[in-house]
Amino acid sequence: MNRISLRRLVPLVVFAVLAVLPYSTLQLPGLFDGVLNSPGTLQLLALCLIFGGVALSYDLLFGFTGLLSFGHALYFAAGTYAANLALTELGWGLGAALALTTAVGIVLPLLVGAVALRVSGIAFSMVTLATAQVGSIIVLQDPGGLTGGEEGLALDRDQVPDAFVGVLNTVNLYWLALAYLVLVYVVVTWVTGSRAGKVWQAIRENEGRVEVLGLQPYRFKLLVFVIAGLLAALGGITHLLLLGGSTPRTTTSDFTLGLLVMVVLGGAGSRWGAVVGGVLYTYLDSRLTDLANSPAVQDLPGWLRVPLSEPLFLLGTLFILVVFFVPGGIAGLVDRLRERRAGRRSGGGGPAPGRVVEQLREQVGAGLGGANPRDGV
Amino acid sequence: MSTVVLLTITGLGLAALYFLVASGLSLIFGLMGVLNFAHGAFLTIGAYGTWWASDHLPGAGSTGWGFVLAVVFGVAVGTAVAALIELALIRPLYERHIEQVLVTVGLSLALVALVRATWGADPHPFPRPEWTQRTTSVLGANVPNDRFLLIGSAVVVLVAVLAFLRFTRFGLIIRAGVENRSMVTALGIDVRRAFTLVFAIGGAFAALAGALGGIYLGSISPGQGTSLLIFAFIVVVIGGMSSITGTAVAAVLVGLVQQFANYYAASGVGDLSVVLLLAAVLLARPSGLTARLA
Repeated sequence: MNRISLRRLVPLVVFAVLAVLPYSTLQLPGLFDGVLNSPGTLQLLALCLIFGGVALSYDLLFGFTGLLSFGHALYFAAGTYAANLALTELGWGLGAALALTTAVGIVLPLLVGAVALRVSGIAFSMVTLATAQVGSIIVLQDPGGLTGGEEGLALDRDQVPDAFVGVLNTVNLYWLALAYLVLVYVVVTWVTGSRAGKVWQAIRENEGRVEVLGLQPYRFKLLVFVIAGLLAALGGITHLLLLGGSTPRTTTSDFTLGLLVMVVLGGAGSRWGAVVGGVLYTYLDSRLTDLANSPAVQDLPGWLRVPLSEPLFLLGTLFILVVFFVPGGIAGLVDRLRERRAGRRSGGGGPAPGRVVEQLREQVGAGLGGANPRDGV
Repeated sequence: MSTVVLLTITGLGLAALYFLVASGLSLIFGLMGVLNFAHGAFLTIGAYGTWWASDHLPGAGSTGWGFVLAVVFGVAVGTAVAALIELALIRPLYERHIEQVLVTVGLSLALVALVRATWGADPHPFPRPEWTQRTTSVLGANVPNDRFLLIGSAVVVLVAVLAFLRFTRFGLIIRAGVENRSMVTALGIDVRRAFTLVFAIGGAFAALAGALGGIYLGSISPGQGTSLLIFAFIVVVIGGMSSITGTAVAAVLVGLVQQFANYYAASGVGDLSVVLLLAAVLLARPSGLTARLA
């Protein structure tokens, strides 16, 4: 009993530590270049927190409901570009831009989801991939000079409150990123605990059974698709304020694949696992890029320097290793260690939350059936 | 009239590229249930293999038979990489489809990054044999010769695959495996050897598409495979996921729609109409064009 209430306190403690972290002047050599509250370090930490939140929104789809979407980048990019256009082109205030982003973040996934969710399994993944590609094409085509094409779109800071402008105010952006992560965490905790959340997990386990029970999986899937899309769009606007611009890189399929890597790395179907995965991936991506440009790596012989100079090569390899040797990611690993320590005291129970990838196996196999003659079509 | 002819032949050329990539994807998906994200990387490897060989391989060059040798080298590298990946990374995860898809996702990121690290992110000019740079007059339209090369290669591949599936023992096993894999296994046939074969064939076609795509576009860059792959996925889904003829029909459809819309509407509209086409097909017939024929 005591242990359970302690475990509930962990997120609060982590939040408190993160909230007061900008007051620390601790130097962590090797981990960060400057002291903890230097603008550079805070910027990197804020980026990690944002992607922790976006990864959690993706986990809502993939880990909790079993929907393998390859188009989550679309909603993140829609958030950053919609807010950017409202602030820079239309000259709206931040509140109005936020309202517009929220509207886009609801309507866009509603439209896409309404079509994409009519099919299941791999076909669903392909429709989301294709629609996200449409977003990417439109942004790169630069219609009417609105999106800035490959250059990206710089943010006009006149409409942004002074508290979020300038290097000295990076700390406020850090707190904004933390607030975004907390918002996503609270919302996800709330919705996955609700009745709809139970239905999502039931859909992940056995969609046919949910239908037999008289529920309509389509509606529940559309709901989770919209919630995840909205949370990603809000991440987009936070990202925009932090970086001071929108980049077309956030529209690509590689961006969504990055989210998938984060979630699997941390543990699909686990809230804290997805957050840790997002934070870790973003941190590694940034630090490995610095490492690649450091003299220590530049002086290495070619066969070592070349692979080390590409963070994506190392992250991709790490990802494959995790899929092979650490099923369930970091969350699954922690759960197994905990089980081992608890020994036989805890009885059977269901599969560990981090093991969703294995649970998904059968469901996707069934989802493919419609397109596959082997099931006797 | 001449514009229509030029657009049609160019569209068919594009369709040939899509077909080369998509046929391997659909064979792999049909037999193994794996959606292969690393397929774009095979294409990149084939293109860079050909490009490298035309400069460095003795006997190979950028014209005539030297160029053919370079393409053969590129295709051989693509085939070998695909077969190795199947043996080392896909086979241990037998029947675990989601993990297999995840592994190919990781591979697609890692392999493309490796190519970028080795030869840089900027495009390289691709060797184009003299003949492909000239044009031929067809019904008043001056059509670049590389279009005919693309279409011819795709037709040869289509006929060869259909003949292979129909007349050889391995083809029989593959066809039977697509239809009912567990029954084939129950009959005592080791389906896994067919898996490796199908992966190698898919890798070879993708590598060939990489080399031909290099001629078509005039240059190669590491990200090229990924952007082609997305349209190849669309072709596979429209074609019904596991049928070669369906894939061929879908490739022609997608290539023509894309070319004509891009020309007559505006650049970029063609790409959008392809996605609309996908949505329309999926809504009307959720299992693709050829679900009943397969």
